[in-house]
Amino acid sequence: MEASKVIHAIYTDDDVLMSAVKTVKAEKHHIEEVYTPFPVHGLDKAMGLAPTRLAITAFIYGCIGLSVAFAMMNFIMIKDWPQDIGGKPSFSYLENMPAFVPIMFELTVFFAAHLMVITFYLRSRMWPFKDAENPDPRTTDDHFLMEIAVHNNEESLTNLLKSTGAVEINIIDKDEDAH
Amino acid sequence: MEYKISNRLRIGAIILMILGALGVGYGFIDSHKSFEDIETMLSEETHHGEVSEVATVEEAHGASHAEGDHSGGDHVDEHKKHVEHVLHQVHNRPWSALYVAGFFFFMIALGVLAFYAIQHAAQAGWSPVLFRVMEGITSYVLPGGIIVLLIAFFADSHVFIWLTDGITTEGHEKYDALVAGKSGWLNKPGFFIRGIIFLAGWSAYQYFSRKFSLAQDNADINDNSNFKKNFRISAGFLVFFIYTESVMSWDWIMSVDPHWFSTLFGWYVLSGMLVCGITVIAMVTIYLKSKGLLEHVNDSHIHDLGKFMFGFSIFWTYLWFSQFMLIWYSNIPEEVTYFITRIEDYNLPFFGMVALNFIFPLLLLMNSDFKRVNWFVIMTGIVILGGHYLDIFNMIMPATVGDRWFIGIPEISSILFFAGLFIFLVFTSLGKYPLLAKGNPFVKESENFHY
Repeated sequence: MEASKVIHAIYTDDDVLMSAVKTVKAEKHHIEEVYTPFPVHGLDKAMGLAPTRLAITAFIYGCIGLSVAFAMMNFIMIKDWPQDIGGKPSFSYLENMPAFVPIMFELTVFFAAHLMVITFYLRSRMWPFKDAENPDPRTTDDHFLMEIAVHNNEESLTNLLKSTGAVEINIIDKDEDAH
Repeated sequence: MEYKISNRLRIGAIILMILGALGVGYGFIDSHKSFEDIETMLSEETHHGEVSEVATVEEAHGASHAEGDHSGGDHVDEHKKHVEHVLHQVHNRPWSALYVAGFFFFMIALGVLAFYAIQHAAQAGWSPVLFRVMEGITSYVLPGGIIVLLIAFFADSHVFIWLTDGITTEGHEKYDALVAGKSGWLNKPGFFIRGIIFLAGWSAYQYFSRKFSLAQDNADINDNSNFKKNFRISAGFLVFFIYTESVMSWDWIMSVDPHWFSTLFGWYVLSGMLVCGITVIAMVTIYLKSKGLLEHVNDSHIHDLGKFMFGFSIFWTYLWFSQFMLIWYSNIPEEVTYFITRIEDYNLPFFGMVALNFIFPLLLLMNSDFKRVNWFVIMTGIVILGGHYLDIFNMIMPATVGDRWFIGIPEISSILFFAGLFIFLVFTSLGKYPLLAKGNPFVKESENFHY
């Protein structure tokens, strides 16, 4: 079996990287991954990544939080023990609702925020003892790295990447067990 | 780009004004009822199955009644008082309808003025392509404000109960100790002196900011002096505005219920003002853009305005709820009556407006893509404007017409009249100058703005 090889092109400027990504996309090569030290505005669009659906999940989580708040207070304050506390009308949920709104609001925000963050961690595979998937430590400081799979086209790919302004091009045998 | 108000729009605005004026006139004639008319009207209402009418009358006016004195003379007196009370409410209705609509359209222009000043003071990079639109809308501040003051002057005690003759005279049958105690602030000369000072300050800022903005267009490329002047007066205006807007809301709105007061009322009025203003900026912008006149305005500008509409709608709801919940929760009789009348007599408008001003914008404008769809922004804008008209309606009407309210000819005609006037003045003013503030140092950034 042929070892799977990848090519790592390293850049030192985000503008050069952006134009390189556009060139590589125009040549119809598949970019496996791009590593950058900071968010590069418009990189996701240039790479053709699908937009995130995280906001939609947050909306759904917020709705769940609102339902939890409603169910909880309706059971505790209205159904289970409808006690007269300082003359508050606990005959129905609606009658006493203004008093519940602060909690309904906070739980909506709480669920939306926390569950969305957890969703983000799960989707991006981030947890405390995870090994860093960093092909080159310099990419967290001041270098940008583009990773492209090699399919017997080493020569042409290297030339193409050189022409886009890469400062360094490495061909790596990708060892799946490394991370 | 040059713009001239089209004949169709001008004629449409004039038709609205004429229709509105006719309806307002009809409202005044229709409300011109005598004591006997009201007496027959009330007895008819009682016969139409409203059995509770008599009961509530006696409940409302019969504090002494409950003592057990059922003499005939007392009953006649009660009846006379009740009929007079209703008579006043019926007379107040066309005045209040006019005042509500007049204030509503004035408040839009004032909200735009505040937003415009914020854009200058914050040196916003996205909005300079919209400055001429805002300047056009704010040209309504002076005429609109004068009209509101004139209505207040002529409506007198029909809208402001503290202007009733004898209300501050001790021993007079209309004497009201609470109002008399506030008469150091609530008196006619004071009201109008303050009103004129506010209006003078606001329209002076409006006049000078537009003047500097136009002068900057023709200035040398390296000469930013007019821009700097505009920045300074905007910052100064915002300080002046936040004080005067608060006081204006006490005078022009809160004083219709002189027994009631609320500390966050000024903010509450301000938030409604801003959301209406931003909505109208968005709507006028989309209209002009659809005519191909605002070539530099793109979807991102509309998106930003949509975000402001969304955000300020929620801010308005936050203040509405904070005011309501605080009073509901502590339930102190002297302040809770304000909401009791609104919930009992204005149930649908009172809670309906929360749906219109909160739930609709919340669900319609939450999605980022929807904020770029022009017809979506227009649709939400119409809902928001309707909701905030109801908001002003709910502030004024319960104090003046009580449960005799209806959204009928006087109310709708007043809206039509002021809508026509607003469109006429705003679009005429928009046609006077180029639609791009090309001298503004941020205009390049604004033209290329994208989100």
